[in-house]
Amino acid sequence: MTHSAAHVSYLEDGHTLRSWLLTTDHKRIAILYLVAITFFFFAGGVAAFLMRYNLISSHGLLGSAETYNRLFSMHGILMVWVFLVPAVPVTLGNFLTPLMLGARDLAFPPLNLLSWYLFIVAGFVALYAVVAGGVDTGWTFYTPLTSLYSKGHVVAAFIAIFIAGFSSIATGLNFIVTIHKLRAPGMGWYKMPVFLWSLYATSVILVLATPVLAMTLLLVAFERIFGIGVFDPAIGGDPLLFQHLFWFYSHPAVYVMILPGFGVISEIVPAFSRKELFGYKFIVWASIAIAVIGFLVWGHHMFVAGTSLFSAIVFSLLSYMVAVPSAIKVFNWIGTMHKGYIHFDSPMLYAIGFIGLFTTGGLTGLFVAALAADVHLTQTYFVVAHFHYVMVGGMVSAYFAGLHFWWPKITGRLYPEMWGRAGAITIFVGFNLTFFPQFVLGYLGMPRRYFAYPQQFEALNLLSSAGAVVLAIGYLLPLGYLTWSLLYGDRASANPWGATGLEWSTPSPPPTENFAVTPIVTQAPYQYEQPEAVIHE
Amino acid sequence: MNGYWPSATTEGREVDVLLLALLLVSCAVLALVFGLILLYMIRYRAGSGVSRGERSHKTWRFEISWTAATLAIFFGLFIWGGDLYVRLFQPPADALQIYVVGKQWMWKVEHQGGQREINALHIPINRPIQLVMTSEDVIHDFAVPAFRIKHDVLPGRYQTLWFQVDRIGVFQLFCTQLCGVGHYTMTGEVVAMSQPDFENWLASGAAPEGHEDMAAAGKDLFTAHGCSGCHGEGGVGGSPETTGIAAPALSGLYGRSVKLQTGATVTADDKFIRDCILTPDKTPVAGYPLIMPSFAGQISEEKVLRLIAYIKSLKSGSRT
Repeated sequence: MTHSAAHVSYLEDGHTLRSWLLTTDHKRIAILYLVAITFFFFAGGVAAFLMRYNLISSHGLLGSAETYNRLFSMHGILMVWVFLVPAVPVTLGNFLTPLMLGARDLAFPPLNLLSWYLFIVAGFVALYAVVAGGVDTGWTFYTPLTSLYSKGHVVAAFIAIFIAGFSSIATGLNFIVTIHKLRAPGMGWYKMPVFLWSLYATSVILVLATPVLAMTLLLVAFERIFGIGVFDPAIGGDPLLFQHLFWFYSHPAVYVMILPGFGVISEIVPAFSRKELFGYKFIVWASIAIAVIGFLVWGHHMFVAGTSLFSAIVFSLLSYMVAVPSAIKVFNWIGTMHKGYIHFDSPMLYAIGFIGLFTTGGLTGLFVAALAADVHLTQTYFVVAHFHYVMVGGMVSAYFAGLHFWWPKITGRLYPEMWGRAGAITIFVGFNLTFFPQFVLGYLGMPRRYFAYPQQFEALNLLSSAGAVVLAIGYLLPLGYLTWSLLYGDRASANPWGATGLEWSTPSPPPTENFAVTPIVTQAPYQYEQPEAVIHE
Repeated sequence: MNGYWPSATTEGREVDVLLLALLLVSCAVLALVFGLILLYMIRYRAGSGVSRGERSHKTWRFEISWTAATLAIFFGLFIWGGDLYVRLFQPPADALQIYVVGKQWMWKVEHQGGQREINALHIPINRPIQLVMTSEDVIHDFAVPAFRIKHDVLPGRYQTLWFQVDRIGVFQLFCTQLCGVGHYTMTGEVVAMSQPDFENWLASGAAPEGHEDMAAAGKDLFTAHGCSGCHGEGGVGGSPETTGIAAPALSGLYGRSVKLQTGATVTADDKFIRDCILTPDKTPVAGYPLIMPSFAGQISEEKVLRLIAYIKSLKSGSRT
């Protein structure tokens, strides 16, 4: 690789709109994605906030069940497909994969840009479906409600998800090839940071599972448009077939959402404990195990749906199996903190919040994996709380942890640390206030997706809605101070946290070509020296 | 919370014990996780001078032990939850059958005596009740949280759900599967009564305009829809000599094994009889020509249930 006297940072390398919209630089594409998913996150968040507003009163404050049904459908569709599934891979993954590998870019830079355009088209088709009148089927699209009875803009929503799927597949393929082919000299598989292993496992799931969803949506669309009987028994179909196909994608998709989060946490905990990651290989292979077993547990969404006794028992057992690798990870993170030198900067606070909330989400997963308990709890607010602890308490916290950790690298700026800590704590408190009461509501029998509900559930709903206000403030804080830091934040050094990893060996923000000289890797990751390493001042 | 706790069924109380065990396991793990994190946050904070001693490099012993411990606990929970589920899944043989049809957005219930009710289900206590449920349109779910049970109600299938209530009371009924705009209105109540009260209710309270036994109503339908034209009066079966056409006998059919032209042998249960009425081409009975017309779209789910009740009531014998 050639030297040039002045390395232009990727942010300075072109200031026109064109230089952004036609870029193939993985770092710029990551920024494009960051802007897009932030927008969709807040759009989905507004829907959630209106739902919590509605549920303050048992009569439903919005006044219309149709509006409420459309809000929770919109919330689910936006959050799952244009926020949670892509969030970490397309922002942090895009930005960091070549940097962590010591590479110049992803394997297929133009394909990366195409992924972004597909994603944007998908997002706006989804928004069109909302603006045109919305969808009232829930994000799970159960048939024959969705295929024949719903009056919403189902086909538009399907087109959005279908296109987003191609974006996912292209991104996953790009990561797989990049990780196989573009590792720096000396970087064997076991010298890769865990973040990349997680991203690799995620990408394999994306490439294998997404096509099933695409085919399923096509079949529903055929039934809806042409009346071809696939899922509606009145015209010769089978309604349970849809659920099998849908969850065959959507359960692995849960791991698509959470695995990159595991990767982020596995980077941050060692960095702020100043200590090597405990059980590197176990964490790595736990990710792979989750990716594999995750394909074999979809039936646990259907324990009361009318599947056979035998299938319920097999899927229950497999669901417990898939929880084991997650438990292994939690113990290893705690093992990493043991005898460390722990610093409590914002990324670490988010990471600790993640471990607590994810563990709670995982443990309540044991409730719904136990067959007889699931019969009572499924389709109630217990399940809503359970997956929000994993997806929001877990995944969104991990995303924020990663965003704060790599923010100086991405933007070249430091955010105000006290505000960062305040944000982490506000989100943790607001989250628990919002969702913990929902476990109780679920145990007491309150069904999901009810616009109005019996009065006995009102007090706990009020508490949950009050928590949502705190949580909303918590999410607005980073939006405020991170944006502020872009203009007024202190300049960041190349390695403000004193972290290991190739991405910290190049300036912040990195030059367009990433590294002046291709790095040669000789060490295993996470070789933190104790105890005198300097954390930024 | 009218009669919510303790649960009004034996199995419901067992579910609560299982939930309590899960809660205790979770609390223990959370205490361990949060406890260790808090302990390490304090003890090993960067500014703390406490000795870190030797760093342990051999991690596999820890890994094996916590993996094994996790597996053991998980396996125990799996067995516990599975065993109870198997019992929730299999109704006692002497259960009282009541028929439930879900539609957007109401529950329609019919007792064997023909008593009908909407968004309410009257049952006697201390007697196993088995609901036979189907839907006229989309998927619904019949859930009674006070009994800790629920089951999806699907179009084109019969799903069953059984329970035995041991306390008099009124319990909330919910639809818990999103079924459209009116989903939240698809609620009702289960009224559990003593056996004498239930019999009084059956005799007087149910249908003021008088009602007909389900099987008797089915018999009328059997004639009105022309079933008897081929299958003979009383479902004795038809032959070219008697009815002009070969048609299988229906008396004594219920519960028997039937050989299909595909070579498969199936048991003639509710679902099989329903399929024979609505999609006869899918259940071609061996030895008979495929000439039965489909009644799909002509007979409502409730009428199908009455026809099944009638066919069930036909005792075997009159024809070989």
